[in-house]
Amino acid sequence: MNTYPALLIVAPLLAALFTGIFVWIEERLCYPIAVLGMLISSFSAYKILMAVLSAGVIHYRHAGWAPPMGIEYRIDTLNAMVLLLITLIALINLVASYKTILVETPDRSGSFITIYLLFVVGLLGVTATGDLFNLYVLLEITSLTSYAQIGLGDKDRGPLASLNYVFIGVIGASFYLLGVGYLYIKTGSLNMMDVATIISTMHDSNTVLVAFILCMIGVWIKMALFPLHVWLPNAYSYAPTAVARVVAPLMTKVMVYVMVRLMITVFGFDYIFSTLDLSAAVVWLATIAILAGGLMALAQKDLKKMLAYIIVSEIGYMVGGAWLGNTTGMTGTILHILNDAVMTFALFLAVGNMIYVCGHVGFDNLKGLFGRMPWTMGGFVLAAFSIIGVPPTCGFFSKWYLVLGAFEAGAYHFAAALIISSLICAILFFRIFEIGFFPEPSDGDDHAHAHHEPAVMVEAPVSMLVPLGLVSLSLIIVGLYSGTIVNTIILPMLQ
Amino acid sequence: MEQIISIKPLLAVLVSLCVIPILVSASKQPNVREGWTFCAGTIKFILVLSMLPAVLQGKQIVFSLFEIAPGAALAFRVDGIGMLFALVASFLYIITSMYSIGYMRGLDEHGQTRFVSFFALAISATIGAAFSSNLLTLYVFYEILSLATYPLVTHHQDAKSRVSGRRYLSFILGTSIGLVLPAMLYCYHVTGTLEFSTAGIFAGQLSKPAATVLLLMFVFGFAKAGIMPFHSWLPAAMVAPTPVSALLHAVAVVKVGVFSIVRVITGIFGVELLASFNLGIVIASIAAVTILVGSCIALSQDELKRRLAFSTISQLSYIVFGVALLTPKGLLGGIVHIGMHAFGKITLFFCAGAIYVATGKKYISQMDGLGKKMPITYTALFIGALGVIGLPPSGGFFSKWYLILGTLETGHQILMLVLLLSSFLNAFYFLPIVYKGFFGTPPDTQEGEPVKMEEASFCCVVPLVITAIISIVLFFWPDVFVDLIKVGLGI
Amino acid sequence: MSETLALIIGKYNYWLYIILMMIGLYAMIVKNNLIKKLVGMNIFQTAIILFYVSIGYKTHATIPIIKDSGHGDGHGGGHAVIHAADYINPLPHVLMLTAIVVSVATFGVAMALAVRVYQRYQTLEEDEIRMRLTEE
Repeated sequence: MNTYPALLIVAPLLAALFTGIFVWIEERLCYPIAVLGMLISSFSAYKILMAVLSAGVIHYRHAGWAPPMGIEYRIDTLNAMVLLLITLIALINLVASYKTILVETPDRSGSFITIYLLFVVGLLGVTATGDLFNLYVLLEITSLTSYAQIGLGDKDRGPLASLNYVFIGVIGASFYLLGVGYLYIKTGSLNMMDVATIISTMHDSNTVLVAFILCMIGVWIKMALFPLHVWLPNAYSYAPTAVARVVAPLMTKVMVYVMVRLMITVFGFDYIFSTLDLSAAVVWLATIAILAGGLMALAQKDLKKMLAYIIVSEIGYMVGGAWLGNTTGMTGTILHILNDAVMTFALFLAVGNMIYVCGHVGFDNLKGLFGRMPWTMGGFVLAAFSIIGVPPTCGFFSKWYLVLGAFEAGAYHFAAALIISSLICAILFFRIFEIGFFPEPSDGDDHAHAHHEPAVMVEAPVSMLVPLGLVSLSLIIVGLYSGTIVNTIILPMLQ
Repeated sequence: MEQIISIKPLLAVLVSLCVIPILVSASKQPNVREGWTFCAGTIKFILVLSMLPAVLQGKQIVFSLFEIAPGAALAFRVDGIGMLFALVASFLYIITSMYSIGYMRGLDEHGQTRFVSFFALAISATIGAAFSSNLLTLYVFYEILSLATYPLVTHHQDAKSRVSGRRYLSFILGTSIGLVLPAMLYCYHVTGTLEFSTAGIFAGQLSKPAATVLLLMFVFGFAKAGIMPFHSWLPAAMVAPTPVSALLHAVAVVKVGVFSIVRVITGIFGVELLASFNLGIVIASIAAVTILVGSCIALSQDELKRRLAFSTISQLSYIVFGVALLTPKGLLGGIVHIGMHAFGKITLFFCAGAIYVATGKKYISQMDGLGKKMPITYTALFIGALGVIGLPPSGGFFSKWYLILGTLETGHQILMLVLLLSSFLNAFYFLPIVYKGFFGTPPDTQEGEPVKMEEASFCCVVPLVITAIISIVLFFWPDVFVDLIKVGLGI
Repeated sequence: MSETLALIIGKYNYWLYIILMMIGLYAMIVKNNLIKKLVGMNIFQTAIILFYVSIGYKTHATIPIIKDSGHGDGHGGGHAVIHAADYINPLPHVLMLTAIVVSVATFGVAMALAVRVYQRYQTLEEDEIRMRLTEE
């Protein structure tokens, strides 16, 4: 059991090393190696989750050094869940993107896969680690690889979008690093649990306050909380399909995880909600983020951009839920990390299929898509319902907890924002459905029984459809089992 | 109350859902596809029927699926009222399936596989809503039903259905997300449960203003019930093919809306709480306005289906009205109207569709003398109209009778006047159609020329005959419905 | 007045890093040229590195190498009493080795992206690029 935390990260890391080598020897081998690495990693993540559920928190000490001196991986139910999520999404995306990688980065598929694996390693590390500085380093590995991947995208806009992302990403990471520095000044430790025990006695220290605020700002920049979101829409919409599909669901969600981890493990609920009086302000900020993200999404004419702004709005859900200051809201946030990752993934998988078949996903290019790509649109519809929050898809159930949390905290404006956001999302997606469902309006000639040509099906390849189908069905399954997830994974964390 | 744990409610919901992949795979063989539709419909009806004896004995059949949060699970519970609704819906589904074969093939519609598949999904959701054990489950199926009917409403995929579809969704989805969802969550927040119980769930935790706001949010939020001003989706939805209008917009969808309101009044708030806050009269007044205004608008409609739609709006409010009286007779009359109105109104829609298939006529002004060509259809139309007006010998008389008794129980005579006035209006907008049909002169025929029979196809005519006959049968034997409601309400 | 002065002089390392950070931030926000922005970014990161290095420093302390106390058992200083105050704290410095690597790598990636941008637009001035984009 003890080897799984290592295997989890080492498997993709080694795979990255080998793919890096095989780029020069036999590029075709890179892909199977990567899949193998991710398979092992996913299996380990699964084993870890099972172990954590049965035996409690796992500590893995690197090179046998005991914390607080050494770096440890500390895995409880929360990050075990996120780890499994990351590995599965990365694995499924790798399978689904086999064709798009060849199309979009034809002569560099090997290098691309190497970076991709390193990106996953970074995400896994950020999630698993129990050390504040280690988190920073892995965060930067994640960011660096995502800069590189996004830069490979759209020939005209990709590099520029990526460069802007670099600037903001560096600022975010630096703020976090500064925060860690102040924590270190005050506590002399970098281990999360250690820091937590030390600062529990110094709640009135200004240094801790500064450290907390700096860490939060850093994390918010990285997760694109409005108004620090400006980098996100371009970066996500000009990235290659294979990248957008994994960055969009995972990057922001892992940052939310980091925020939650800092809040519940390092600084602690007592400190944040009893000593500081920031909660109301942050919930207001989140409220504005939700509405602003939705409104900006309404203004878009490209599906990818629209989804990117929806992500901005969803970030507001999670930040707001976490800052409501009660267990219900935090439950909603954590559940939404899972749900939002799955539903964003499903949406981007569907969009990837559309791009593969239709070229681009400007709204004008989506006409009659239900006839041409019924399966892809089926998956898309399910994912869209989940974003809107239609039961029994999973999006409904996290919204359920978030709204309840808002009622409990008396933050009615936040509850109202969540409901309004649902309505905005309904408008957004039904606009797409309308474009996809109705054929081009024929001028003047609209008698009731217009002759309907049976649409010619041009579906995406099976290797792209099966993942989409699996993920969109899992939306419903995750939704139906959300009670179980809350009881076994989330609530034990929060008590 | 005795409870039986059984998987039957779940099966009844799942049958039509499971058959959808088969329907899709059989899209090239229409007869096979229709065969499966019937098969699933019949199994569903038999499943529902098999639960009837137990329910009539006062037992409840329960089945719990997933616990979402404490006190809010996806769970089924079959009681009298749910049974009544499910019985009506699943039976009429079989009839409508037959009718839609005649209608869709008669008009050579496109996308028939899509049509039957979403129809199956819609009926699954309807049965699910009928068997819901708590508000969450009800809401889940309510939403599924809203979305499953969108492709049915916009079936023609032309500019007109696009506009109508937009209106349909924005009303239905907008109100359910914007009003019902927060109200439901607030209830859960206050009480920690959403389980229907005849005593209500609040147990004194609610002040009168809060109760008023919540109740109004529910009543308007379940916009499928067509309470004004959230009614205008229903006339818009008439662009759909007639089988959809018949089953969904006279029976399944609209009745789910009303059914939800009934559940909220009887199961969430509880009759006693509302009576003590004196809120019943508020809802009854809102419903009374809808009854009268709906009837008046119906008078001015020339398109037959639109006239039926406004008539439906007004008739749905009878049900809400009856329940809002909060007296045993009022409740009984209101709820029994779910069944009575269903048979009457579906007959009328079937007739409208049959006329359209046979002659291509949509407007009442063009239908003079048509009764001579289509005597069977017009006779059924007459019976259906009697049912909706509430005259004997039709089941509709029965529900109106109880409603009027209910108003007398409350002591508000003016409410009784509303009912009588509305009945007059109903007669005004229905009977001329029948009269002109039989005794008017067709515009294109000479005097004395013998009239040929031009009935629609067999598959169109048989269903409307069946529903018309049942509408009459219900006048003489309404016992099952009444017993179910008495069992369900415990009166 | 003197208190403020004491605050400024006594904690001069903090003021210095904040000033450097602001210079970097200013360049990143205001400058039009992408390379200048990159330089600003680097200054920004360096400021934080300086901050870390300075917090590990102690006046009158020595480098954290513990001398062999003469027992010759290879475990230097195992028995001698060590006063932590006599040594500067090495940990922040070690951390910064990693941070420097990170910042160099970031700079490299950013430069590569800038090269790609230049290849596409033949310019590194942001306003010109934006003009090109609106023209197209």
